[in-house]
Amino acid sequence: MSNWKTFTKGLIKENPILVLLLGCCPTLATTTSAINGMSMGLATTFVLIMSNLVISLLKNFIPDKVRIPCFIVVIASFVTVVQLVMQAYVPDIYATLGLFIPLIVVNCIVLGRAEAFASKNPVWPSILDGAGMGLGFTFALTMLGSIREILGSGSIFNWRFLPEDANTILIFVLAPGAFIALGYLIAVVNRLKKTK
Amino acid sequence: MKIIIILISTIFVNNVILAQFLGICPFLGTSKKTSTAVGMGAAVIFVLVLATLVTYLLNKYVLVAHGLEFLQTIAFILVIAALVQMVEIILKKISPSLYTALGVFLPLITTNCCVLGVSLKVVGEGFIYGNNVGEAVIYAAGIAIGFALALIIFSGIREHIDLMEAPEGTKGTPIALITAGILAMAFMGFGGLV
Repeated sequence: MSNWKTFTKGLIKENPILVLLLGCCPTLATTTSAINGMSMGLATTFVLIMSNLVISLLKNFIPDKVRIPCFIVVIASFVTVVQLVMQAYVPDIYATLGLFIPLIVVNCIVLGRAEAFASKNPVWPSILDGAGMGLGFTFALTMLGSIREILGSGSIFNWRFLPEDANTILIFVLAPGAFIALGYLIAVVNRLKKTK
Repeated sequence: MKIIIILISTIFVNNVILAQFLGICPFLGTSKKTSTAVGMGAAVIFVLVLATLVTYLLNKYVLVAHGLEFLQTIAFILVIAALVQMVEIILKKISPSLYTALGVFLPLITTNCCVLGVSLKVVGEGFIYGNNVGEAVIYAAGIAIGFALALIIFSGIREHIDLMEAPEGTKGTPIALITAGILAMAFMGFGGLV
């Protein structure tokens, strides 16, 4: 039961983006389409699970004073792994996400979970926590990506449902649309939380 | 002339926050009051210029020279973390007044993604100002000034928003994000300037 709770709390109740507001940079920058948002989310999920796993294993060996640099080195190693793998197997997505793959290192969620959860808990709950938080992040990114893609380019997951010459609200795939779409998404979540 | 073009394009046209989405967390986190926004802006200008200079030289003379480019992410984040610590210690000794002015914002900069983002961008492939250390540093300075400018403008707007009645549910962060969207739209007007 408690393991199940550890896993599900990241999905909705403590969703890193919609509730905790951590890791906003990749959220805004990579959600120009649903596919981009989802790939970014999955890359971050992998880093979260692996860094939580390793940090939880190492927690007794890391001196308290230098723990943050140690965590960052662990995280940066896994980010480099993701970076090299994506460059080799999905070069198109790597090119679109570009700078934001290495920037997973400074994503507040990853370091936040390492500090708040993995450094205090055993291995198995830490993996579940990483997976839950990562999937919650992926969920929010995919949702925001879908909203922006539907409004901005009239398609979803690259499948266009509007006729070719239809006008779409182009501003939503540009920079200002990211802020506005995320703002309203969080407003809706806040409203739903109130009525519960 | 080139210096002016670099500065205008980084401060206004490709503003680091409103067009490139780097450093959103401090942008939302430290913009509640103008005084904290000024402190954060100053700290970012200071660290970003220094970090870009150091990582540029590190990349050119250590990583590339030994064929270790794949270590860029790990090496840069460590250098930035160490640099921030060092700057903190040195400032405390040399200029206590500046140290107290920057205060808590210095350690926060390590996790500011615009520092790592810019230093990776400067050494990345296809970066036009990457051949020359002077131009790279000016680019970093422009980015940092753009960050400070957007942050200070935004904090001014946010102080006014607090006095107004926002619709239920959009209070706090949502209304701030929507305002940032409108500010980004205003900055889009600079497009085509350079």
